[in-house]
This record gives sequence, structure tokens and C-alpha cells, in this order.
Amino acid sequence: MRRLRIFLWALVAVVGGLFALFAYQLGQPKDEFVESAMIGEPLPAFDLRPAVGDRPGLANTDLADGRARLVNIFASWCIPCRVEAPQLEALRQSGAEIVGIAIRDRPEDVAGFLQIYGNPFTAIGADDISAVQLSLGSSGVPETFVIDGRGVIRYQHIGDIRPEHVQTILYELREAELTERGA
Amino acid sequence: MRVLLALVALICAAPLAAQDTLPPAPYAYQQLADPAQEAEAAALMATLRCLKCQSQSIADSDAPMAGDMRHQVRTRIAAGEDPEAIRQWLVQRYGDYVSYQPRVSASTWPLFAIPLLLALLAAFILRGRLGKRREPGA
Repeated sequence: MRRLRIFLWALVAVVGGLFALFAYQLGQPKDEFVESAMIGEPLPAFDLRPAVGDRPGLANTDLADGRARLVNIFASWCIPCRVEAPQLEALRQSGAEIVGIAIRDRPEDVAGFLQIYGNPFTAIGADDISAVQLSLGSSGVPETFVIDGRGVIRYQHIGDIRPEHVQTILYELREAELTERGA
Repeated sequence: MRVLLALVALICAAPLAAQDTLPPAPYAYQQLADPAQEAEAAALMATLRCLKCQSQSIADSDAPMAGDMRHQVRTRIAAGEDPEAIRQWLVQRYGDYVSYQPRVSASTWPLFAIPLLLALLAAFILRGRLGKRREPGA
């Protein structure tokens, strides 16, 4: 009889523990970010046509010329991309060279977007079927990658760049430049 | 009158959709001509996760990105690539997360080991009980 009682209380404890686990997990913020597994890997080969008339297109070979850069994945139809425009401009003014990849976008839409929200890019490639986005391990817009001078992916920022992210991204860019020179 | 106005406003409202206007990739909705290849592609697509919608496979999702992933799968299969090589290509980019196929790894082995252990334990307990019950009768 006593053994049965101990057994029943143990059962209650196990079920109670299970519910405590559920409550804990439900209280955790949901992590919807799918991180790229390509950090530390060289850029895959690609060669994109220009997305607008007044900027060149983008190939992976352009990004292995000894200079570290930011690659911003964006689209004119992407609303958070509008929100991060001032931060991209701030990064550009701090000396970052930014190239863009426009996802599933028409040239006239990209041109209109850049006219309204500013154009911080030195080159913009058009990725009409997300092929380059998929090969980078990027799962949405906007995303920003730090690429070092040898064309190796060093850092990924997922989502729009808020003012508090600018310093981190600049730091990662400088790191990419420094290790470059050290190597 | 107010209700009518509200209805008119509702009908005229342009939804603020964060969707692109480009047509889908060629093989997003078009099957491969070879039925055997299409079957291979369909089997693979049913086990790849849509990154935008996360609880659907790319075969189930109408997200533009899922369409672009189906295009990748179909064109690679058509080019003679092995389905598992395509899965591996995606796993290299997105981690195990992108694949729905269960895989024994350093973090997942308890999922496979625990049921086995429980079955063994149940068999052990049953044997003890049944063995005991037979004894007094004998």
C-alpha cells in the first residue's frame, strides 16, 4: 500500500514537471529566424544582371577584390526594407561599401524604391527567382551579409537593420577587414 | 448610409501586400515532362521545409520563395542530380532545419533510443508480472 502511494505521488510529480516544462517553453519568445549555415564559407558563384540602369550588376568575383563589403538583400515590395533605409545610409556614410541584391523585382519598381528611400548601393544585382538568395542560405528580406575581401561570408544580419544594429554591423565589417590584412 | 459607406470603403481598399509582382519561376508550378523525374522531385519537395511559412513543406506552400525552391529542385532533378544531393545542398545552407527527413545525429539520437528503452522496460516488467501470477497457480 505504501509503495503504491509513493508510486502515485511520483507520477503526480512527473506530470507536474511536464506541465512546468510546457509553461516554460510557451513563455519563451518564438525564434523565427533561420540562420544561414554559410558563415565562414566562400560565396557561391553567381552573376546577376543589373537591377537598375544606373548601377552595375553583381557577380561573386566582384566581391573578392580585397575589399570587405556589405551585401544587402532587399526588394521594393518589402516593407521592412523601407524602414532600414536610413540605417543603410548611415552605414554608407561611415565608410561601408554596400552592394544590393534585389529579390523578385522589376527594374522600374527598384528605381522607384531607390528614388524614394535613397540609394546607398554601388552595384545592384537582380535575383528574379531567388536563386542567389537560396545559395547564400538567406531565408527572407531584408538580410545583410558581411563579405570579406576574399569573398568569404563573415556575418549575417537577419531582418531590418535598426539604429541599435549599426554599430555591430560596422564592427563586423572592420573585423572582416582586419583579419583580411592579418592573413 | 454609414454601413453602405463602410462597405464601399471596404471594397475599394487596396491591401498592403508585401508580395512581389514578378511571375513565378518557370518550374514553380510546372511539372517536369518525365513522370519518373517529377515523382522524384515531388517526393523530395514534400520533405523540404518552406523557410517563409515554416510549418509547411515547399510542396504545400504558395509562398513565392517556396515556388523558387521548387524550381531549384525540379531543374536540378532534370539535370540529373540525385535527390539526396539536392537535400544536402540545402542543408549546407540552412542546416538540418530545412529538411523534414528524420536523421540520427548527436542531438536527435535520444528520440530513437528512448522508445527502444521503454519497450525493453515494458517487456521486462510484463515478464516479471506474468511470471509471478503463474507461480501460485502451479
